Amino acid sequence: MAKLPVQFRLNGSDRATFVDPASNLLDTLRRGLGDFGPKYGCGQGTCGVCTVLVDGEPQLACLTLAVSCEGRQIETTSGMADGPNLHPLQGAFMDHFAAQCGFCTPGMLTAARALLAKNPQPSRDEVVEAISGNICRCTGYEPIIAAILAAANAPGARRA
Amino acid sequence: MATMEMRKDLFADERDDNLNVIGKGVQRQDMPGHVTARTRFFDDHAFDGMLHLKVVRSPHHHARIRSIDISAAERAPGVRRVLRGADVPVNKNTLLSLINFGKDDEPSLAVSKVSYKGEPVVAILADSEAQAQAACKLVRIDYDLLPAVFDVEETLKAGAPVVNETYPGNYFEYHERFDHQKLRFGDVERGFSGADIVMEHRYQMSPIEHAPTETNGSIAAPEQNGRYVVHSCAQGLFFALGTTAKIVNVESNQLHFIGGTVGGGFGGKVDTLTEPLAVLGAMLTGRPVRFVLDREEEMLYGSPRGAERIYIKDGLMRDGRIVARHIRSYFDAGAYTRLSSYAAIKCTAHVPGPYWIPNVTSDIYVAYTNRCPSTAMRGFGVTAVDFALEVQMDRLAEAANMDPMELRILNAYRDGDMKPHRRAAKNTALVECVQVAAEKANWPLSEQAKRASSLIGGGVGERAQIPATQLDARGQIGRPDTRSGPVTQVLPAGTSRIAPSKQPVMEGARDGRAAPTQVPRYEPPRPAAPPAPPPYQPAPPPSYQPAGSHPAPPAYQPPPAPPAPPPSAAPAQTQHGAVRFSSVFGTRRR
Repeated sequence: MAKLPVQFRLNGSDRATFVDPASNLLDTLRRGLGDFGPKYGCGQGTCGVCTVLVDGEPQLACLTLAVSCEGRQIETTSGMADGPNLHPLQGAFMDHFAAQCGFCTPGMLTAARALLAKNPQPSRDEVVEAISGNICRCTGYEPIIAAILAAANAPGARRA
Repeated sequence: MATMEMRKDLFADERDDNLNVIGKGVQRQDMPGHVTARTRFFDDHAFDGMLHLKVVRSPHHHARIRSIDISAAERAPGVRRVLRGADVPVNKNTLLSLINFGKDDEPSLAVSKVSYKGEPVVAILADSEAQAQAACKLVRIDYDLLPAVFDVEETLKAGAPVVNETYPGNYFEYHERFDHQKLRFGDVERGFSGADIVMEHRYQMSPIEHAPTETNGSIAAPEQNGRYVVHSCAQGLFFALGTTAKIVNVESNQLHFIGGTVGGGFGGKVDTLTEPLAVLGAMLTGRPVRFVLDREEEMLYGSPRGAERIYIKDGLMRDGRIVARHIRSYFDAGAYTRLSSYAAIKCTAHVPGPYWIPNVTSDIYVAYTNRCPSTAMRGFGVTAVDFALEVQMDRLAEAANMDPMELRILNAYRDGDMKPHRRAAKNTALVECVQVAAEKANWPLSEQAKRASSLIGGGVGERAQIPATQLDARGQIGRPDTRSGPVTQVLPAGTSRIAPSKQPVMEGARDGRAAPTQVPRYEPPRPAAPPAPPPYQPAPPPSYQPAGSHPAPPAYQPPPAPPAPPPSAAPAQTQHGAVRFSSVFGTRRR
């Protein structure tokens, strides 16, 4: 099958690759471009571990066709820190022990990042709603909610 | 409150007693990796030229394989290799062969029959996952359907279909002697006849899938030194290493396992489901091979916590004392043993719950059914029986017209009480746990219950004694119809150990004994050369016997002779000189 070129900005860098027309964004990021931040959990859009930002909107990379991302801004957890300086959400996740096995963490951080970019002072209910598409099978939701609420009050949290 | 006995004399010369972090926040070393997405799980590794492995699974619960046609799949686009059972060097294994326990009973790829829906039969290695999946659909397998059995008690009846030919009675064989794990303490029948109330209830638990967010999988790749690197999701990395070395028949020092970072396990990543075929694929193709279960496979064919059916029969006095308890439990292993044999041992060690009862017996069966094999999950063999026991305690309280908290305090172990396993209870704390729980729940307790203590009243009189114990030959393998046999012998009071019988009880008992896994011999390094593919071994002839031809009751039939492993009467000496893990042998650790 003929491959198609696709070009987008990934975590601030211009990247280009060739993909099968049916390739999803998750495989393209992981296998094509080597960004292993987004994970494979279900391939059906139910677990949220592949969540990435496409033009600032949280999207499930396993259900997003790679070719539909032409010319867009893709952001993943791999590009969340500013050099050695962690994003306030990352620091809050560390401080609140908001990860057990760590597999859902990139998707959780991305969902939280999208929330805080739009709603810098979310209520607890709004936080719960924002991560409702992300499964933590270790069931560590409470520390995650606490971390997001704490980050919302930290300086610099709006930096998307 | 009882004070805990602290065993600071253990390893005293290895302790510096600077354990002072409780109550302090100490950052985990893996947390920075998790929040920056730099943590590398097994699938987060890139290899050039990596192949993707997918397996063709049985669509049937139980069927004989008449023929397998892989010719169309081999010609499919992107397909590099197709594997069948005959390609697997040691195509029969049991996980606990690592501790030399049980018989090899499970193939990596089914040869003559399939025993559960989803059992792998053929493996396809292709350039892409989509190509491997497409080629899977081209494999033609002819099946003769066999009757299937799904119920743990039905499967133990005479004439039930034989699920697992290594264990033709559909039960795991303990100590080459019994069809179940036995516990005998005192005389339960006398206890029941002297009780005011006798009550029996049945409890049924469902299988539970661990559903880790990261599915089971591994990536194996040739290294430049003749070894194979394996990125694995395994919860027990050396368990997976030993199992893989045995199945692909290489020295374990030829395998370089990297893991320990697990995207959720909960017990569901101890079965080494993918590593052997990934390594075999890498050996045969010289390419990196990735074998990952998709979500559907994980949910349907990743082994679950086994279902358990538990019967509890109690003899109760009107004052709330339990005087006899008999437990009969069936652990659903699915089609193969995996870790179920261990679950029944744990279950036996756990009965009769944290209560002193003068007469206790239990019969815990591991039953094979045509279901997905079950495995470890957080307290498997214990949590289910605990649920049953505690529901039973509430029912007993109701029958005795007693407060359920008070009933538990009345019957709880105290320090010094003799357990049915013939060990004195130590560091007991159930009385105090119930007192605290009652206080937190504002649950009124009598003054007597509030004054109770784990340190008071235990280990006195008959509470410290091993009673005269009724023995029987129930469930003795090779002797027909002994499942409900009479008492054969009375063990005198105070006997803590039953001398093993010298008489053989099971002919051909050593046949099919699990081949012990290899211990690396550390030969000098070999010159770097592409490893030779493993020698071709023809598949053993089909050993299926139609279910209908089984006589009732099922007499023991020795399994078909596999390539004979050396008989090993005693636990093998390991390289480090310690005697292997002991509870299943009855030997003591050094």
